[in-house]
Amino acid sequence: MRFVDEFRDAELGRAVSGQILSLVEPGRHYKLMEVCGGHTHSIYKYGIDDLLPANVELVHGPGCPVCVIPMGRVDDGIAVAHEDGVIFTCFGDMMRVPGSDGSLLEAKAAGADIRMVYSPLDALRIAKQNPGREVVFFAIGFETTAPSTALTLKRARAEGVPNFTVMCSHVTIVPPLRALLESPDLRLDGFIGPGHVSTVVGARPFEFIPADYGKPIVIAGFEPLDILQAIEMILRQLAAGRCEVENQYRRVVPYEGNLRALEVMAEVFELRPHFEWRGLGFISHSGLKLTEAYAELDAEVRFSVPGIRVADPKACQCGEVLKGVIKPWECKVFGTACTPERPIGTCMVSSEGACAAYYNFGRFAREREVV
Amino acid sequence: MTDRGAVSEREQTILHIIETARGKRAKFRDKRITMAHGAGGKATQGLIEGLLTPAFASDTLDELADAGSVCIDGALLALTTDSYVVKPLRFPGGSIGELAVNGTVNDLAVSGARPVALSLSLILEEGLPAEELRAEVEAIARAASEAGVCIITGDTKVVERGHADGMYICTSGIGHRDPRADLSPAGLRPGDRILLSGSIGEHGTAIMLARNDFDLDAEIESDTRSLWPVVDALLEEAGPGLRCLRDATRGGVASVLNELARASSVAMIVREGAVPVSPEVAGAAEILGIDPMYIANEGKLVAFVAPGLADAALAAMRALPGCEAAAEIGEVRTEPPGMVLVETSFGGRRVMDQLVGDPLPRIC
Repeated sequence: MRFVDEFRDAELGRAVSGQILSLVEPGRHYKLMEVCGGHTHSIYKYGIDDLLPANVELVHGPGCPVCVIPMGRVDDGIAVAHEDGVIFTCFGDMMRVPGSDGSLLEAKAAGADIRMVYSPLDALRIAKQNPGREVVFFAIGFETTAPSTALTLKRARAEGVPNFTVMCSHVTIVPPLRALLESPDLRLDGFIGPGHVSTVVGARPFEFIPADYGKPIVIAGFEPLDILQAIEMILRQLAAGRCEVENQYRRVVPYEGNLRALEVMAEVFELRPHFEWRGLGFISHSGLKLTEAYAELDAEVRFSVPGIRVADPKACQCGEVLKGVIKPWECKVFGTACTPERPIGTCMVSSEGACAAYYNFGRFAREREVV
Repeated sequence: MTDRGAVSEREQTILHIIETARGKRAKFRDKRITMAHGAGGKATQGLIEGLLTPAFASDTLDELADAGSVCIDGALLALTTDSYVVKPLRFPGGSIGELAVNGTVNDLAVSGARPVALSLSLILEEGLPAEELRAEVEAIARAASEAGVCIITGDTKVVERGHADGMYICTSGIGHRDPRADLSPAGLRPGDRILLSGSIGEHGTAIMLARNDFDLDAEIESDTRSLWPVVDALLEEAGPGLRCLRDATRGGVASVLNELARASSVAMIVREGAVPVSPEVAGAAEILGIDPMYIANEGKLVAFVAPGLADAALAAMRALPGCEAAAEIGEVRTEPPGMVLVETSFGGRRVMDQLVGDPLPRIC
């Protein structure tokens, strides 16, 4: 595949890996967080950990849009899906996320009409094909997917599709990062910035990370070479005592972001005062809801959404894992009450979560050399 | 210096708990059947090993092979059964009728049995156009003739509209165990080579695209075909050096390797770069965010061959039409038992785990 294979070249990978090795200060331990779940996926898919010295540790951040949806929100979705006449649509990987009493996949088995879609426009099409049914789209994701939801809502209103609504669980990337950085027990040296989100928001919103917290961040693409190069750029900053926002993914991410996408989002969405994150708790101004002008397309207005808050299980220490304070295996429930088949917390939900990854891979990742 | 010394006591305990859990027989504790139980991954395994095999206490069933064995008056026979519920009924490269013959024939073939005869049950939905039924009956007859098997018994049922997606087909097959090799997961030895009979992911991708859920277009055809000629060639070339065979259907090559690694308590190492995948399948899988190793095939087998015979076995396969892309993709090791590891093309390593549910497209 052209424009893909070039970024998966093993020889170039080894070269960057060698540069990384030369930048690492002997005896120093580096903890770098990749913010985005897409990066975590690539890191595991290509075994990038293996190409790093063991004292460069990658910490998997809160950027998996599926994993951060709290149990109560899944329960709300399931409640709406069970309403008479509703066709409930969502992205595929949302189907398995556990609520307090099962997942959407299980709700489907129990009789709810739940359909997997690839884009919100598919949900709108289902609404037009089924005028007698209420079609609800469970919208999740960061600024990456929010613009497509916004465009779909604009189109639904323009075309006057009366049986289409959106249950908005979109979130924004900056507030959880700030929450992590505010934490007094944070142990991170730098960030691999989210590539897809940045195509929309640009690099500017991340300026606060070096400015207010003195940590470097490098926005990176998703191919293995992108990620390795971003790590190298972070280590170079650390070695030189610099900290700034750098953009490794310039072929896609403009500094100012995508102004049209931001405009559409601003028209359709507004910030919620608070939104709950699985493992991180309530974070101010971190979630999006539909504006007053789009209230008629808001599933939370049209249906009675229970809105029950289900507390994360007390023993769950996802927050600490996400902050890099503890290792997955140091969590009290890891591997016993919390497993990939029956996950409790966000880090075990997706196969890319820090805990699921360690559960499946952990002991082999330890054979690397320490410099 | 390696980092291994840093493994604390607490971590050791946890790793031990995980390993014990991994080795345990899967349990069936779900409240309802979900689609995941049909996907060939962990949930399917829980259903089979947690509910079905314990209920029927039978040694041959416990082996969880593609076909069971029965000895009648000294003749060693293999028996298998399968149901076909594919949607849509016709797709590029094949149809439900062809699958129903080839799938069952292949379960016999990879058990080391020459397919002899099939039964055929048709469950038809009220309203199914006769033309569609006729086309499938013809497809069944053609596939059976190509595979060299006879349909010797059958049954038909009709169910109300809305109940069978047009038609479901069940076939059972009976075959002669071939004396040239005794195929079994227990036969796997460290050092054995893992061969693949051709490029993977075509059937599953063709079906996904034919369902039209994704508005993607690509010229990908199902690979449905009888695998007996391939098995016959392998038996001829490698004889007892042919340890075990599996057809990589539901759950793909990854599921087959995981199943066997667990069953035989061996490790497997796969070289990702050596796995043949057509550019069309690679492209579609890339867009959908699905790993071709987990996509279903209907005409590909994985063969485990003694190291000294692997090259000859591979050459024998490549000489057959449709197997030109056959490749050696890895080997059997001892450590870590029960696990499949991948050496990625980029130079890293990872675990290739069992599928937890259906392969669902990722959003990020």
